[in-house]
Amino acid sequence: MSEVIATNQTILVVGGGISGLTAALEAAECGKQVILLEKSPSVGGRVSQLHKYFPKLCVPSCGLEIQYRRLKANKNVRLLTMAEVTQISGEAGNFTVNVKVAPRYVNENCTACGECEKAVGAEFDDEFNYGMKKRKGAYLVSNMAYPQRYVIDPRIVATDDGAKAKAACKYNAVDLEMAEQNLSLNVGAVVWATGWKPYDAAKIQPYGYDRYSNVISNVEFERMLDPFGPTGGKIVRPSDGHAPKNIAFIQCAGSRDQNHLKHCSRICCMATLKQTTYVKEQLGDNCKSTVYYIDIRAIDRIDDFHRKVKEDPNVTFVKSKVANIVAGSGDNVVLKGVDTEGYNRYANEHDLVVLATGMESTVPAGVLPAGIVINEHNFIDLDSDCGIYGAGCSSDALDVNRAAQNATAAALRAIQVVNRVAGQEG
Amino acid sequence: MSDMNQAMVQKYRSNFLKEVEANVEEGTWVKMCMQCGVCSGSCPLGPHWEHPQQELFMMIRAGKREEVLSSSSMWMCTSCYNCIARCPRGLPITHIMHGLASYAKRLGLAPKNQPTSKFGDIFWDSIAKNGRVNELKIGVSLYFMNGFSQGIKNALASRELGMAMMKTKRMSPTEYFGGHKCKDLSGIAKMLKKAKEFEAEHITKFGE
Repeated sequence: MSEVIATNQTILVVGGGISGLTAALEAAECGKQVILLEKSPSVGGRVSQLHKYFPKLCVPSCGLEIQYRRLKANKNVRLLTMAEVTQISGEAGNFTVNVKVAPRYVNENCTACGECEKAVGAEFDDEFNYGMKKRKGAYLVSNMAYPQRYVIDPRIVATDDGAKAKAACKYNAVDLEMAEQNLSLNVGAVVWATGWKPYDAAKIQPYGYDRYSNVISNVEFERMLDPFGPTGGKIVRPSDGHAPKNIAFIQCAGSRDQNHLKHCSRICCMATLKQTTYVKEQLGDNCKSTVYYIDIRAIDRIDDFHRKVKEDPNVTFVKSKVANIVAGSGDNVVLKGVDTEGYNRYANEHDLVVLATGMESTVPAGVLPAGIVINEHNFIDLDSDCGIYGAGCSSDALDVNRAAQNATAAALRAIQVVNRVAGQEG
Repeated sequence: MSDMNQAMVQKYRSNFLKEVEANVEEGTWVKMCMQCGVCSGSCPLGPHWEHPQQELFMMIRAGKREEVLSSSSMWMCTSCYNCIARCPRGLPITHIMHGLASYAKRLGLAPKNQPTSKFGDIFWDSIAKNGRVNELKIGVSLYFMNGFSQGIKNALASRELGMAMMKTKRMSPTEYFGGHKCKDLSGIAKMLKKAKEFEAEHITKFGE
């Protein structure tokens, strides 16, 4: 790796999802020096795992492609993948950031030809598909991966598979001697954009995510629609691979709940409404969707989307938070609860249940310097003088649109800090 | 209508939520309910409630005073605490139910002959009188709660259990005539008197 040059006029952006990419590019296009860190082997984050955006139902790969092109074209951004921040100390205008870079075992020579993948045998859970399918020990994160460079799983490096991958590479790109690197960067401002992770559905004990194979999470459902995904783009029941006929969507699965995430995750209502359109598009009249909700939070212009979904005769809305799920006939499950419009006790059988799990912040404990306020929901509170700014889902539960706006604002704040430093030094 | 009941009707007019907040234990939580229904769906006795918990909260807010206070619903609570454990907003639902039941009882609006309410009375009378519970008397009183012939039927239905208990000396028929008491009866009486004073003070404070 060539040397990473950073000064206290450099902006560090942590996280290469839609927010981090946006913040990094906005700052870089203002002429600032930016270092962009991404923990995984590819940028793109959660957005790259989505099938469609709401409310326009366009494909996220389109917007990502634009960002990747901007990134490729901009000399001011230095991207480091597989890099994780371990500690930040200092103050606005003068931070010292310790970074751990994990070895990829594949260097810049890689052309993504895929020969190493063919050569190796060992398979592991595919993180990009939430473990719904397997990937090889030598792999490309996804077809849209950026950089388009393979990764060797550390678990095969010391095995025969490692040697096979090396032998298969015609470009001398596989380097099994690569080691972990520790960097210490001096930067002026930090944009923290490590985003979110889906709330662990298994923690919602009464819903039986860990017990019933046909209870899945919304992010898993989203992966099913990818033509290159675990089901080849088909909506199926995990238990038997058949198309479902009667899907239940459960809202606020882990959100707005003191026992789980206290905050409203804000995206799950629209995500579910969007997913009912997938059902309609693929299965038509052969599948019913039922949405169990406390209240639908589709505000402003997105309420039009809500109204449109409500017109679909195959979609039913039940105003009730499901109390628990028990086994039904065959692989079906029965949802139990009491609805709020009439207080009727119900026990409804469904053949697939999608839990609209919420957004859990990934802001780590003990990494940011003292004085940075992390609120009760684990989001970074805005403090305009502190020099470290949460962007996107590190600052609040946001949809893509708002995350991009928020990241732009964070970039502007970071620019102000480094401008101040430049003014003092100039 | 009891005097206290009339006084409360006068005082709160149509604002039953305010009345509950001021007079019912943990009543200030009622406004926090977001009507998700998890409490009702999680209640093991749910199907036996005339109005599920979430409906009671809505009825309180809608000012349905008579319906709520004379309902048998909150008397169905067995204090399993499932609703408290599951409530996404942390409402102390079990306590509110007990608070409602107790308030309804104080006002004389609790349903007559509701078994839980009746059991409470019988239990209290027994323990207040003797300083300890006379299980035989409580059992017999409950059997005969709904009249003599029903009582005989109830007793006959459980006769095998009763015989077995007598055989293993878990129950003695002589207990019916007095039964044994605790040693310091006057001490118990004093303690209960003091407790009642505290309660009265507590209620007046609530009622303000």
